[in-house]
Amino acid sequence: MSDKKQQVSRRQFLNYTLTGVGGFMAAGLLVSPLRMAIDPVLKDSASGELVNVGISVDDITDVPTRIDWTVEQVDGWYKSEPSRSAWVYKDGNGDIVALSPICTHLGCVVSWEGSDAHPDHFYCPCHDGLYTKDGVNVPGTPPLAPLPTFEQEIRDGMLFLGNTIDREGA
Amino acid sequence: MLQKIYDWIDDRVDITPIWRDIADHEVPEHVNPAHHFSAFVYCFGGLTFFVTVIQILSGMFLTMYYVPDIENAWKSVYYLQTEVAHAQIVRGMHHWGASVVIVMLLLHTLRVFFQGAYKKPRELNWMVGVLIFFVMLGLGFTGYLLPWDNKAYFATQVGLEMAQQVPFIGEQLKILLAGDASIVGAQTLTRFFAIHVFFLPAALFGLLAAHFILIRKQGISGPL
Repeated sequence: MSDKKQQVSRRQFLNYTLTGVGGFMAAGLLVSPLRMAIDPVLKDSASGELVNVGISVDDITDVPTRIDWTVEQVDGWYKSEPSRSAWVYKDGNGDIVALSPICTHLGCVVSWEGSDAHPDHFYCPCHDGLYTKDGVNVPGTPPLAPLPTFEQEIRDGMLFLGNTIDREGA
Repeated sequence: MLQKIYDWIDDRVDITPIWRDIADHEVPEHVNPAHHFSAFVYCFGGLTFFVTVIQILSGMFLTMYYVPDIENAWKSVYYLQTEVAHAQIVRGMHHWGASVVIVMLLLHTLRVFFQGAYKKPRELNWMVGVLIFFVMLGLGFTGYLLPWDNKAYFATQVGLEMAQQVPFIGEQLKILLAGDASIVGAQTLTRFFAIHVFFLPAALFGLLAAHFILIRKQGISGPL
């Protein structure tokens, strides 16, 4: 035995090497499966294109009217045409307002003057939620946020709507 | 004949000690309901495991008919419910067992809690047990979506919105579970199926093994 200080024994060296190689192999094996699993998180969410909802701007009055249209939805390998709806009207300045009918409380469908007891309001039949004409929730009723609006555009006199935009609570 | 087969194997691999380690051990008097009837409270853990075995077996057979695809999932469940002999019973076992397993698990937890059986040196086994509880809740949540009916769909919608409320990572967590930023659909169903049938059961097996090894190693806690 030499009295030279032995820094790494043969056994230790082999242990380190094998652990390192094994670790690399395990990591190499796991990279692709993990990347595959988190792919939806890293994918750009397809920004919804604006769709012609089939109503001419001239036909929109100051009374909220429900309109229905379909969008093309791509869910992975599955294409479908789910329907969408909105309440649209012209406000005092003649600007078009489009509101989502989905109640911000628990997702029921609201309607304009849906209850005789509450004229000039959007009414949710599930828990008596109320919104004023501009879609702002009435304090003291279940919803805590206004009805979402839509991305909107007017092309050739027709109304085009896109994704909904959530609004902060009143 | 069976004895001969056993002897033939035992001759070569000496399995008797292994078998003894696993199954042949004394049950202390204070946990034996034959001695003190009140000791039935010690059965809840074993009952949880028993129902879990039923869940695994019935689930294996259900996948012979079930398809995790939004066009066919509901139809395949409807088909096995109405057309396949005895499939209603197997799905019934899986459906009701899912609730029974949670009930048994809670009773087992209550027993361990009120007897103080989680105290030193068994804290680690309590923690493993809590993880098993979470895995079971995950199995219940993911399994609920699979029939792809209205109740399943909207319950999952609500569950995903809950996941979304987690601070900082909520949004990512929701997309990771749903497979899409805004749609609960085709990719959600395949994901939930994979989690329900492969990922969570794998985690469950590991945790159960740890749970049982620890209880054999440390022994059952003493009488009150």
